[in-house]
Amino acid sequence: MWYHKPVIKEELLQSLPNLKIVASSGVGIDHLDLNLLSSYGVKLSNTPFVVSTDTADLGMALMLASSRRLVEGHQMAVSPDTEYFPANWLGAEVSGATLGIVGMGTVGYKVAERAKAFEMKILYHNRNQRNKEEESAVGAIYCKKIDDLLQQSDFVLLSVVLTPQTQKLIGKRELALMKPTATLINISRGLVVDQEALVEALQNKVIKAAALDVTYPEPLPRDHPLLKLKNVIITPHIGSATEKTRRLMMENMMESIQAGLTGLPIPNEVL
Amino acid sequence: MFRNKAFSLLKLIPLMSGQSNVAYKFIHPAIASPGHRCHRSVEHRQRYTMCPDSAGGRPISAPQTKVMAEEELPGVLILDIGGTHGVLENLAALLKKHFHLITMKEFLENKKEMSKKIQSVFVFECRPAIDRELLESLPNLKVIGNSGVGVDHLDLKMISNFGVKVTNTPHAVADSTADIGMTLMLASARRLVEGCQIAISPDTRYFAVDWLGVEVTRATLGIIGMGSIGYKVAQRARAFNMRILYHNRNRRRKEEEKAVGAHYCEKMEDLLQQSDFVMLVVNLTPETHKLIGKKELGLMKPTATLINISRGAVIDQDALVEALRNKVIRAAALDVTYPEPLPRDHPLLKLNNIIISPHIGTATVQAIHMMAEEAIANMLAVLNGQPIPSEVFPK
Repeated sequence: MWYHKPVIKEELLQSLPNLKIVASSGVGIDHLDLNLLSSYGVKLSNTPFVVSTDTADLGMALMLASSRRLVEGHQMAVSPDTEYFPANWLGAEVSGATLGIVGMGTVGYKVAERAKAFEMKILYHNRNQRNKEEESAVGAIYCKKIDDLLQQSDFVLLSVVLTPQTQKLIGKRELALMKPTATLINISRGLVVDQEALVEALQNKVIKAAALDVTYPEPLPRDHPLLKLKNVIITPHIGSATEKTRRLMMENMMESIQAGLTGLPIPNEVL
Repeated sequence: MFRNKAFSLLKLIPLMSGQSNVAYKFIHPAIASPGHRCHRSVEHRQRYTMCPDSAGGRPISAPQTKVMAEEELPGVLILDIGGTHGVLENLAALLKKHFHLITMKEFLENKKEMSKKIQSVFVFECRPAIDRELLESLPNLKVIGNSGVGVDHLDLKMISNFGVKVTNTPHAVADSTADIGMTLMLASARRLVEGCQIAISPDTRYFAVDWLGVEVTRATLGIIGMGSIGYKVAQRARAFNMRILYHNRNRRRKEEEKAVGAHYCEKMEDLLQQSDFVMLVVNLTPETHKLIGKKELGLMKPTATLINISRGAVIDQDALVEALRNKVIRAAALDVTYPEPLPRDHPLLKLNNIIISPHIGTATVQAIHMMAEEAIANMLAVLNGQPIPSEVFPK
């Protein structure tokens, strides 16, 4: 399964009596009905670790590009109307700012490793607290309550898995808790954010800006308000879109499929 | 908002008897080797006429030093306050704490009286331009305090012949410029600007699955120019597990190399041949002019990206256009060009494997403020006969 296709429905499973395994590219499995697959005795694998560094890199890219207004700046630099570069055109600094990571799994932790080198203060919120060595290696401070993280962060980065619990994790209330100078970065799933609440928050400058690699749906309808806002950058779900990583994903999937077909323990099996 | 930065770089030191001015000591956050960086291309021309909508001349109330009245503070010449090229208003307020602010307009309207008062010039984004005529008309000028680290827009020899000192701001620029280098590298590798265009384009119906960028993590970064900024780039790149090569006039100490995992390339060619990303962080001098030309671009990998956060003139721009057109290298990301902005019909603007940003290396609220503070501390040190933190000398 590549990029969520082909879609796995009951009809398809019924028509494939010898189906042993579905190997899904990427780490997210929110597009699959695990119970359905299990009821047909079909195994499932994903590719969790190989996507981590690229996704963390993209999270950093979005944070930097948003805060330094890179997309706007590029447009100014190449626009036929530009005659000079104005002196009062400024962005905000990433170095030394506070980053709040919501979801400190593999991807979230790799973001923290990178952000530390920019001398950022790192807060994180997670289902479970990481151990002391892991925390001190990146200088991350645990916020048991997400509210504390939201109130103190200059950048809030979402790197959670999409589950019923994390759906609309960031809504009107959470956006209002954020600083008016803060930026929301989403590299998890579009549904983790209440998109309508986000549009309103951005329109009313409740938060400063957003940078989204993921939306719901993808792509957004062409008349969606998010596409018109000046303080948003959207990328077309490219968290793992590099040649090397895609090749590694394929290799992982091959391994899982071969193991699934020969009855051996399946690497990256999703249970 | 200004978190861990050594934001207030000025520390009051006790007045000594006989000193007529309030004295300040400059505290800079970290030890760094001096790197003289350039701010604007050489052909920048000053305009003595004011923009119609400039706010020039309007006094801004700011807290005055208790010790003296405004007129007794040393005079500092600036182009203007506000408007398209003037000093930002909050920076003007900072200057007013220590200086009697005189705009170019005020100076020209009353040359006789004003010329004697001007002991310093605050050069902001290369303005006002310092030419012979100006230097001749300022008999009491002691120092030119440049905002920014690059001084390629200043004729250091000519200024020195007038007995005037020049200072820059190497410490204030380092973090924000290193950040922009990383931003350009990541954005180029992951095709961020292109991606944004696809995401919002009215023609987009789906996201293509075979649309790919290149990896940054574990790739090889070659840093040309390992001064303060280059070193901060290395510190950041290391966290991405990048393999770091560097080329510099002088080799760094072993401990410094080890701390960022950087390997010295005595020959620039070795760096060019091995790097996935080549980042230029040198200052502009006659030696680094067109440092990267056709030969150097030819040595780079066809999958490599060139990033420039130094000065446009460090690259042979015509050679770069050709290299990008013929896919001799994969892409380029430039915060600086020659001139700035480029003429609107320049071929660089039409290429699709290039990102250009409008010289925003220090364009953050924090950096702009720190640069003014650092320049003020330097100018005051000259006027008070104290050790000067960042003086620039002609070669």
